[in-house]
Amino acid sequence: MKKLKFGFYWAASCGGCEIAVLDVDEKILEVMKIADIVFWPVAMDIKYKDVQAMQDGYIDVCFFNGGIRNSEQEHLAILLRQKAKIMVAFGACAQLGGVPGLANESNAAEIFECVYDSSPSTVNTNNIRPETEIQVPEGHLELPTFFNFVKPLDRVVAVDYYLPGCPPPPKLIFAAIEAIAAGKLPQRGSILSPNLAVCDECPRKKEEKKIKEIERIINFTPEPEKCLLEQGLICMGPATRGGCDAKCLAANMPCTGCGGPCPEADEQGAAMISALSTVLSIADEKNESYDSEKVIDQLKDPLGTFYKYSLPASIINRRVKK
Amino acid sequence: MKTITIDPVTRLEGHGKISIFLNDQGNVENAYIQIPELRGFEKFCEGRRAEDMPIITPRICGVCPVAHHFASTKALDAAFGVEPTETAKKLRELMYMGYYIYDHTLHFYFLGAPDFVVGPDAPPAERNIFGVLKKVGIDVGREVIKHRAYGQKITEIIGGKATHPTCGIPGGISKGLSEEERSQIESMAQSSIEFAKFTLNIFNDIVLGNKKYVDMITSDTYKLNTYNMGLVDKNNKVNLYDGVIRVTDQEGDEYDRFTAPDYLDHISETVEQWTYSKFTYLKKIGWKGLIDGPSSGVYRVGPLGRLNASVGMATTLANTEYQRMMKTLGGTPVQSTLAFHWARLIELIYASEHALELVKDPKITGRDLRNPIGEPEEGVGVVEAARGILIHHYKLDKDALVKKANLIVATTNNYADICISVRDAAKGLIKDGVVDDEILNKIEMSFRAYDPCFGCSTHYLPGLAPMTLEIYNSARRLVKTIDRS
Repeated sequence: MKKLKFGFYWAASCGGCEIAVLDVDEKILEVMKIADIVFWPVAMDIKYKDVQAMQDGYIDVCFFNGGIRNSEQEHLAILLRQKAKIMVAFGACAQLGGVPGLANESNAAEIFECVYDSSPSTVNTNNIRPETEIQVPEGHLELPTFFNFVKPLDRVVAVDYYLPGCPPPPKLIFAAIEAIAAGKLPQRGSILSPNLAVCDECPRKKEEKKIKEIERIINFTPEPEKCLLEQGLICMGPATRGGCDAKCLAANMPCTGCGGPCPEADEQGAAMISALSTVLSIADEKNESYDSEKVIDQLKDPLGTFYKYSLPASIINRRVKK
Repeated sequence: MKTITIDPVTRLEGHGKISIFLNDQGNVENAYIQIPELRGFEKFCEGRRAEDMPIITPRICGVCPVAHHFASTKALDAAFGVEPTETAKKLRELMYMGYYIYDHTLHFYFLGAPDFVVGPDAPPAERNIFGVLKKVGIDVGREVIKHRAYGQKITEIIGGKATHPTCGIPGGISKGLSEEERSQIESMAQSSIEFAKFTLNIFNDIVLGNKKYVDMITSDTYKLNTYNMGLVDKNNKVNLYDGVIRVTDQEGDEYDRFTAPDYLDHISETVEQWTYSKFTYLKKIGWKGLIDGPSSGVYRVGPLGRLNASVGMATTLANTEYQRMMKTLGGTPVQSTLAFHWARLIELIYASEHALELVKDPKITGRDLRNPIGEPEEGVGVVEAARGILIHHYKLDKDALVKKANLIVATTNNYADICISVRDAAKGLIKDGVVDDEILNKIEMSFRAYDPCFGCSTHYLPGLAPMTLEIYNSARRLVKTIDRS
């Protein structure tokens, strides 16, 4: 069989997706048997020029991680789309914008002000800012344009498949590679992860119990083996796609939602609000002992909690500046 | 004037770019390393729940998420005025050693070894991990994969997930260790000690056994005369998880000493127009630009910075190796940039030995995992990330939401040093406009040694990146292109 050609690229991400590829451990040797990696800046010496010189569709599968935060990343996304037969949005940042997508609450000027001015360790009396065109004594330098907002990959180019997670679980990465090798990929546009919510994989016991208070992990130690949401902790499990074996739950910590919206939900935050209203006994509102104002007040930072990984892909998307 | 653009990354990787300017005689006038990316974590940390910080901040760098996870957790300990329980502290530190085993193994074999094991003058196409595996054999390759995985596995057992763990909470840790897990980690730590010894032997045979390499390590081209900074314990020995920040001067004497909450009195940052990353410097000395020496506030961090800022290692094998390195390379401080590789392996052996000590401690399987927290206020957390000092500083409001976050990340501390090292290497190696692939790689080696993960602010792993060198004449017309593949 002819070997496949894979490409890996990272944009506005943390490098954890690259590490997740290595976390298939010994299986990386099997991947080497079925595919040649023709582009992988993190591990190989292949140049931008070489990518440009490739025929369109030369790369069989491009695994693209990271959202689009600046002009350089946008340029690369467009170029790699052209060179790849299949484009995979790899990980939460490429799929949904990811944690760096929380920056969509602010614009570029506000971010610059925070980083380059009001940071308590920064001394910048002349209000210097990085510039896209800079004249230095010896010549001319350029920097990419820092956009106002983060965009998920599919807002910039067409995406064929999504591999969710922050980072994607190594077993899902390997399963995707096996499916590619066997020519058994599902319909284009599919998410390469089981059609499950994190709750479906979580071994904790649910009692269909209602809660009256919202707790926070900083001053609440949950009982082991019981559903965290039913103990009052905000656990994103019901609104989040599984495939991760609910590993955070095994560490006694709530799901924070890195798998993106659960199957049948487009909006992770909306799905969570819906799940929460069920467990918060909103139906008991007529009961006088139930104080909805108080419970809502206990819910801190709903945006950062419900959209930690998905703000740029959500209906909210970003804050509009008038 | 000619411009040479060593562009490992321009648009290719997008995370770093070097421009070298030549004068009319073809000698180096100046060099710039630009960091083209920013994500702005400090800004969007504002308004978040305190407990989300150990989840959010590791996304700064997925290569060293454990460092951010615990810098963050420690900042929360301080902000809530709580100490972790004894068991929790030991578990955090054990997980931290797992992180070092994984990270230093990754750097040595994937980044550093290609230059030495395959050779600085080998064809670029072979100068990568696959070339290393070819040279050392697939059985060794399996050991490398196995022990890198062990490091990750230790993090996963304690932290839930290897990349982006979840266990850190102010005052403790979310999960205890079972006896079964404990004995699993014990055998992994034991095996890692043997692997670290084996790796040091490779370094001895291939690098130290080769006069050409030793001459290169000790040559002036790779020397930098800066201050050094690292966390030390009460005996002034390297401590990766906790301690006092110690700064030594160009003679190896103690220049400064401070604890995390006082960092603002000792470290400042400056901004330049031509890069998105800031530069740190010693506040009392001040920013004098990209120069070294006692009158410049530039300091080094990371494996070599730590070893120079200390008097030894706290475990037996590592300390023996520390003394041998200092003796071989002329005593503290060792200012050769290429000695970072040796320092890193000494820390690999330390992390493995210390992991074994911790996992054998009876307290490690204790059930007392959390202390109750106090009121939300302000806190600073400091750890040694693999690439150097990492500082998280949060101000919380009465609802325990973040009002203000300040982050000084490992590679930012080394950014000025990296710029100076590259410029000086270029000056030493490029003469009369003569540049070839070997020169190019030797320039690249001067920053690869730092293991600069600008992922701290931008995630850039140079050395793994391709390089093209373009020479322009004064009319800015391309006259020559050298590429490495």
